[in-house]
Amino acid sequence: MVDLGSVEAIPPAETADVELYHPKSWLTKYVFCQDAKVIAIQYSVTALAIGFVALVLSWLMRLQLAFPGSFAFITPSSYYQFITMHGMIMVIYLLTALFLGGFGNYLIPLMLGARDMVFPYVNMLSYWIYLLAVLVLIATFFTPGGPTGAGWTLYPPQAILEGTPGQDWGIILMLISLILFIIGFTMGGLNYVVTVLQGRTRGMTLMRMPLTIWGIFTAAIMALLAFPALLVGAIMMLFDRLLGTSFFMPAIVQAGEHLKYGGGSPILFQHLFWFFGHPEVYIVALPAFGIVSDLISTHARKNIFGYRMMVWAILAIAILSFVVWGHHMYISGMNPPFGFFFATSTLIIAVPTAIKVYNWVLTLWRGDIHFTVPMLFALGFIVTFVNGGITGLFLGNVIVDVPLSATMFVVAHFHMVMGVAPILVVFGAIYHWYPKITGRMMNETLGRIHFWITFLGAYAIFFPMHYLGFMGAPRRYYEMGETAFMPASAMTLNIFITIAALIVGAVQLAFAFNLIWSLFKGREAGGNPWRATTLEWQTPQTPPGHGNWGKELPVVYRWAYDYSAPGADGGFLPQNQPPAAPASRAAA
Amino acid sequence: MTKTALTNMGESIARPTGWAGFSADWTSDQRAFKSASWGKVMIWIFLLSDTFIFSCFLISYMTVRMSTTAPWPNPSEVFALTIGGQEIPLILIAIMTFILISSSGTMAMAVNYGYRRDRVKTTALILATAAFGASFVGMQAFEWTKLITEGVRPWGNPWGAPQFGSSFFLITGFHGTHVTIGVIFLLIIARKVWRGDFDHERRGFFTSRKGSYENVETMGLYWHFVDLVWVFIFALFYLW
Ligand code: HEM
Ligand SMILES: [Cu+2]
Repeated sequence: MVDLGSVEAIPPAETADVELYHPKSWLTKYVFCQDAKVIAIQYSVTALAIGFVALVLSWLMRLQLAFPGSFAFITPSSYYQFITMHGMIMVIYLLTALFLGGFGNYLIPLMLGARDMVFPYVNMLSYWIYLLAVLVLIATFFTPGGPTGAGWTLYPPQAILEGTPGQDWGIILMLISLILFIIGFTMGGLNYVVTVLQGRTRGMTLMRMPLTIWGIFTAAIMALLAFPALLVGAIMMLFDRLLGTSFFMPAIVQAGEHLKYGGGSPILFQHLFWFFGHPEVYIVALPAFGIVSDLISTHARKNIFGYRMMVWAILAIAILSFVVWGHHMYISGMNPPFGFFFATSTLIIAVPTAIKVYNWVLTLWRGDIHFTVPMLFALGFIVTFVNGGITGLFLGNVIVDVPLSATMFVVAHFHMVMGVAPILVVFGAIYHWYPKITGRMMNETLGRIHFWITFLGAYAIFFPMHYLGFMGAPRRYYEMGETAFMPASAMTLNIFITIAALIVGAVQLAFAFNLIWSLFKGREAGGNPWRATTLEWQTPQTPPGHGNWGKELPVVYRWAYDYSAPGADGGFLPQNQPPAAPASRAAA
Repeated sequence: MTKTALTNMGESIARPTGWAGFSADWTSDQRAFKSASWGKVMIWIFLLSDTFIFSCFLISYMTVRMSTTAPWPNPSEVFALTIGGQEIPLILIAIMTFILISSSGTMAMAVNYGYRRDRVKTTALILATAAFGASFVGMQAFEWTKLITEGVRPWGNPWGAPQFGSSFFLITGFHGTHVTIGVIFLLIIARKVWRGDFDHERRGFFTSRKGSYENVETMGLYWHFVDLVWVFIFALFYLW
């Protein structure tokens, strides 16, 4: 038995307390601020705002799919542009930025008992470059020709050829925006990783870190190793587009005319893209895994089941996810042994993932479950993630994937597993940490309404898509037209999905309202409304002040999951609670 | 929790061995890398990420070299210089490689003198490194000019596969940018050493962090990395 709960003597400080940078003016305090908490809020607000654009685009796509041709401004070209921008924004500019830039910045220093990130200045630059990337992205909507319609995967050769919407400006700015995003992310990512490795407070061993931090930390490392592939792909595609090189461009005859390209490899781009793209799924999922673990443990008042196993599972997933990218390329054609390899490695990832799911369920087992709003979202995540994970197992097999790959089944799968599931965690996490960030609780009733409509609505939207996909409804189609294989009732289903999507979209406005309303009218939260053990709830001030901890850094005596501790005041022991007496060491 | 932290209770603690010990050491209290500062850990991780970038570039170059149907120009002929009426293959590249590797030597010495707090020698050696770096970039510019006048363009060249020019300009350009950035930072660091910033722990203009001679070493790590990458480019692009 590993005695995770036991306590030990205080280790001496290994490094001197850092001196903080003290902002001198209003501008450096609230705008060009180096405090990770402010940067976190800047990141989150920007990400949510651009995410809202992606949400609106999804409404437009759904309207077109349900009522084809009823809206004059949705042409086939603009439909492709909506798809592309929706996918790209959701995956990269919303989820990646929010989990790492938003939650990472806020939680890493606080949960580790640090005063700030290790390089606050670089951290600040990270946000401003991210903002620039977002602005360049938005600019594509206003350029001649509009944003690119190449699909979020940007596959060449079509991405840069005439005939694809946004060929003249959209694709160029898209690639530039991605390059900026990666530069900005690298600056932040280095901070997150180094702060976790080197900036912890006394007593905070890695194996005492809350799983939230494990998830964000691992995801940040993965991102530092995965984004390079996208960066290289983006640079080379920019060359192909601007200089007429042929990295990705084979010899092409378009409209009876030989293009200037020849000899490049379109498959090369797919490899680069998915070497980034698959880990990206886990860059989004691992922070969600970590956050869910903490939400469940806190709101079920029980220690997390199998902490060590959870950590190893995170690391195993991270490593494995770098060797499975080929499962996105089955239909591009590959040597059968490679197909076999990628299918096998893909299915093996299910093992550590399943371990995590079992551990969550076992944490809930006989827990004192409080159905708070964050808990509801965490439970919603588990169900949804299992759901999307299982269809993932299907698609991991070459023979199943080939017929389903370009259908709505895939759309349903990835929305479940990397759309809905992480978004539910985002919401849960916001409801959970909002009291710490603002000092006020979010409105509970609105929160419940938000949860149930979002959760059930997501199923109403994406469940039927599995069925449509099975019937053969293709992905990325502007309209189905008359087909022999699709019954007329499929159209009714499409209308149903669209209505559900609009309702789910509308309830997000209620969430936005709740965010703002609670800022002024929410119930006072106090320092630790959820009676949680982790350090961020033990700060001397709420919201935490500059430097987080007042004069003395906290000292950590125990792991993050001492809930249901016998005899403890309120049934839980914060991480910085010293042992009662040396005698208790023997008992543990 | 496995006990790796020191205690002040005077009792001996059995340290775990084997894999448990390995994990306990790496996950130990406060810092994973006991002797490394924040800056050093950061530069190492950055370089790891940068390694992935260069690897992607080089693998992509090898892929297009295989995918193109046109013949690949012979690098020994393309990169030959006629000196004294005689055509010497790869002579310029050989000199450039020699210079860059020498600059790694001066950089290492600069780090050494930095830790001895020898301001003058450190400054001189950093400046020498920067001069080597600048002459490397200069020769690269010469090479680019020569090839461009001979008709090599990113989209085509007189001798065969257009991917030759594309990869050449892309990869040497990306590496040259690294060297140029390195030279700029070397000059900044040289100025700081000369002014005594690291002796007086003068605060950085942007970061407001105290200066220290360790910055010379951090700079050095970047510089050695750029050199090392060049060796791979040399081997895979010029010699192959
Ligand atoms: C209310 C929520 C959402 C709705 C109604 C929605 C709807 C859609 C629709 C209709 C498509 C296009 C399907 C097609 O014609 O092929 C699509 C594509 C996509 N969505 Fe969503 N979506 C939602 C949320 C999300 C989220 C949260 C993510 C984050 C991962 C996401 C990621 C994507 C991606 C990556 C694509 C593929 C784009 C492409 O094919 O290039 N979506 N979505
Ligand atoms: Cu994948």
